[in-house]
Amino acid sequence: MNWLTQLFSRRQLYRDLSEEIQAHLDEKIDELVAEGISREEATYRARREFGNVGLAQENSGEVWRWPSMEDFLMDVRYGLRMLRKNSVFTVIGLLTIAIGIGANTTVFSVVNSVLLKPLNYPRAEELVSLRQMAPGAPGLSDFVNGLHLSASMYFTYAEQNRAFQFLGVWISGTANVTGRADPEQVRTANVSDGVLQALEVPPEIGRWLSASDQVPRGAETVILSHGYWQRRFGADRSVLGRDLMVDSRPREIVGVMPPGFRIGDKDFDLIVPLAFDRGKLILAGFGFNGIARLKSGVTIAEANADMARMLPIWMDSWSNGPGTNPHFYESWRITPALRPLKQEVIGNVADVLWAVMATIGLVMLIACANLANLFLVRIEARQQDLAVRAALGAGWERIVRGLLVESVMLGLMAGMLGIGLAYGGVQLLLSMGPANLPRLSEISLDLRTFGFTVFLSLFSGLLFGLIPALKYAGPHTALALRSTERTASVSRERHRTRNFLVFGQVAMALVLLVSAGLMIRTFLALRTVVPGFTDAQHLQLMRISIPNSLVAEPARVTRMQNEIADRLRAIPGVQSVGFASEMPMEGFAPDWDEIYAEDKVYSDGQIQPLRLFKFVSPGFFRTTGTQMIAGREPTWTEVYGMRPVVMVSENLARELWGSPSAAIGRRLRDRRRTQWHEVIGVVENVHEEGVQEKTPETVYWPGPADSMRTVTFALRSERSGTQSFLSEVRQAVWSLNSNLPLASVRTMQEVYDESLARTSFTLVMLGIAGAMALVLGIIGIYGVISYMVSQRRREIGIRLALGAQRGDVLRMVLRQGAELALVGVAMGIGVAFGLTRLLTGLLFGVTAHDPITFAAVAALLVSVALVACYVPARRAMLINPMVALHYE
Amino acid sequence: MKKTSQRDLFPGALEMMILRMLKRQPLHGYALVQHIKRTSQDLLQIEEGSLYPALQRLLKEELVKAEWGVSSTNRRVRIYTLTTAGAKHLEREVSSFERMLEGITRVLAPGES
Repeated sequence: MNWLTQLFSRRQLYRDLSEEIQAHLDEKIDELVAEGISREEATYRARREFGNVGLAQENSGEVWRWPSMEDFLMDVRYGLRMLRKNSVFTVIGLLTIAIGIGANTTVFSVVNSVLLKPLNYPRAEELVSLRQMAPGAPGLSDFVNGLHLSASMYFTYAEQNRAFQFLGVWISGTANVTGRADPEQVRTANVSDGVLQALEVPPEIGRWLSASDQVPRGAETVILSHGYWQRRFGADRSVLGRDLMVDSRPREIVGVMPPGFRIGDKDFDLIVPLAFDRGKLILAGFGFNGIARLKSGVTIAEANADMARMLPIWMDSWSNGPGTNPHFYESWRITPALRPLKQEVIGNVADVLWAVMATIGLVMLIACANLANLFLVRIEARQQDLAVRAALGAGWERIVRGLLVESVMLGLMAGMLGIGLAYGGVQLLLSMGPANLPRLSEISLDLRTFGFTVFLSLFSGLLFGLIPALKYAGPHTALALRSTERTASVSRERHRTRNFLVFGQVAMALVLLVSAGLMIRTFLALRTVVPGFTDAQHLQLMRISIPNSLVAEPARVTRMQNEIADRLRAIPGVQSVGFASEMPMEGFAPDWDEIYAEDKVYSDGQIQPLRLFKFVSPGFFRTTGTQMIAGREPTWTEVYGMRPVVMVSENLARELWGSPSAAIGRRLRDRRRTQWHEVIGVVENVHEEGVQEKTPETVYWPGPADSMRTVTFALRSERSGTQSFLSEVRQAVWSLNSNLPLASVRTMQEVYDESLARTSFTLVMLGIAGAMALVLGIIGIYGVISYMVSQRRREIGIRLALGAQRGDVLRMVLRQGAELALVGVAMGIGVAFGLTRLLTGLLFGVTAHDPITFAAVAALLVSVALVACYVPARRAMLINPMVALHYE
Repeated sequence: MKKTSQRDLFPGALEMMILRMLKRQPLHGYALVQHIKRTSQDLLQIEEGSLYPALQRLLKEELVKAEWGVSSTNRRVRIYTLTTAGAKHLEREVSSFERMLEGITRVLAPGES
């Protein structure tokens, strides 16, 4: 016999058993009667000597059972029945937990996809980003990005290293593709040999780029991304070998990469080989990202040492031209600081995501506390039922298990609902698309997320089931039989658990609300920062690039840009037009260098701080609304006449000459330019890297001295952003040359918002979590107070009958609610004080212990709690003593 | 609820006694209880109800088998018979029990002085 047939022949087994036992009893009774005892007495004695018939039957049956399984099924059936019976309770509980699980699963799927999953490359753990630090060169190198590689560094590293299998450099850029329908600006990844080999993702069709593709003036090749191949070529496999006009030059298509392939986190349309001309390379030119695959078994520390060994070789092998000291870079103190590619891709978003995960986790705890409270109330109502079960011989473990099965089932059902919610949540998140969230496209619900949800469901079910179960199903149930009589007053001890849960809820809600409050304050503080431009909404931007093949001489590039500006200015509604190497906060690779003032003495070997170099057209500052503190903007005549004039930012003027007005008429030059440039204007400080960053000292060179082929045009117009306006803008540009594509068409407002994206993302997430916590906390307080009122109905009735004023009753209940809230708030302030410090990195213009936020949130919580108590308090006040006492 | 006051019976003792009784002759439940009580001269207090789970355990391990029959008082009862496996099991149990008893006795004996 196997257990399955046993399971099904159970009915027969029980019939046999009960018949057998009945026969046993009958025989005994007959015997006793025969001895002359009355039948009644005999029945009694037979039963007493036999013991508990039910238990004997139960224990006999158990022998044949797969006991844990069957008990479990019984508990499940019982639990389901209880849940069905209390449908209101079940629905509220289910929704609370489902929303909690849904929110947690959504956030976890983000954490999992962004932070936990390895990058999408074979053996991704071997991939490193070749980051190096250069504390001696501030400006060029910062803590986050470090010092980029120069082309000469690439050659030294690639040829001399011992630690890497493959090593390469790359840089992202844009290119114009022409010859197919409309001219189009596409995103390119310009890669050296070694990048694709290191990443090791095979092409979908065709081949990788290799060393032979990076020979200058050799055959020109290109690889397409899967998306671009589909979009422009309809996934035609015969594209291999065809030519694509990239920046007006034909390039042979040699391969297509598979879908989802990225370099680091950069998405692109084309991969173009970098073709360095070795003969012309110098030491400088630190603009490339390095990527490498470690040899197996080599640690990051060993690779760092290997790089450090190669740095002197690099300085010995190359030069910056005659008369320069190649060992100048020793003063920069360049130190290799490799990090896993994954870390590079994730960047600083880890802090934000873990903070969000933690807050959402807190919401889950609050939801569990709420459910635990609901369960407590429900079990209280079932005291008699439980006590009877205990009296009938149910072990208390069995009762606890029954209650846990019930709560875990609720948890699992909520988990299923929660997965549905999370699916919606992820879709919502993807459509909101916080632009600066890395690996956004990889976010999905995978097996690990599913496992997390199951774990969370079980865990929450156990958590909110265990508290009431341990509280009430303990070995002291006999007491319960008496104390549930309706005349007994409720013991203080019974309230303690519930109160404690409410404290916890209020405290956690306070922590979340304080965090949200701090983010709101941060956001407000950021909005008040004067960014260095005005009315961003009416500032239309676009980027136009004039390739070498279209206009060869640099001087003519500037003229063409000026002509474009003229045509744009002619569009109705345009007040002014200007252009610059880049707009603030656009995030294009900035140029940093040293300057020398004519009236200052510089000793040899002294390290000069690096200044931000920008190139701006005449009229640019008038267009952006950037204030001239002193002096004036240059004119086109000065630009075309190559007049040596320059503008500086206010902070640079103060640093060098004490005041903005003192700067006018002074002269300065950069390292290469021998000519002295006269300062003709001082401009207000501009938050180039986002409003939360400090304003860099900036030098504004008028017009592009070197060829500046890619510039951002800025148009001041009330019509900015409208479709009709944009089509007129395109027509104006194309009327000059139809091969010029417009890229990054957006308003300054969008650029500004994007620079705040990290803060607003955190704010929204914390706001949602805080609101959920507040609502759950309020439900918790309301539940406890209204339950307390219903329990004390009789007592309140007596008070009223004895002459208590209704106002006194109202105050008494409110006071109790306020006590709950105040204790919770006090605990919460303590916890928040410790926790908000973790937010410091995200805050701006407000300390982590901002008293205003703390006070406001505390006041909010207490007042909302009082409102929540008012409803049951009113009910208490309106108790009719006649009715309440009539129950007796 | 009545507690099972069976500190005196170690696990398996009841089963051993049942097997011993059945070795003599097949019996039904009530008769088994009566036999054990009588043979032990009421020294052993057995809760009658506990007999049935024990019988089920023996049935499951196929040490006894059961058949419906008619008792001497003309009732439909289940009559239990010892199987060969049950007889062997009983032998083993009895000899190990005797060893244990002897051990306990030896330990207890000098303690009386």
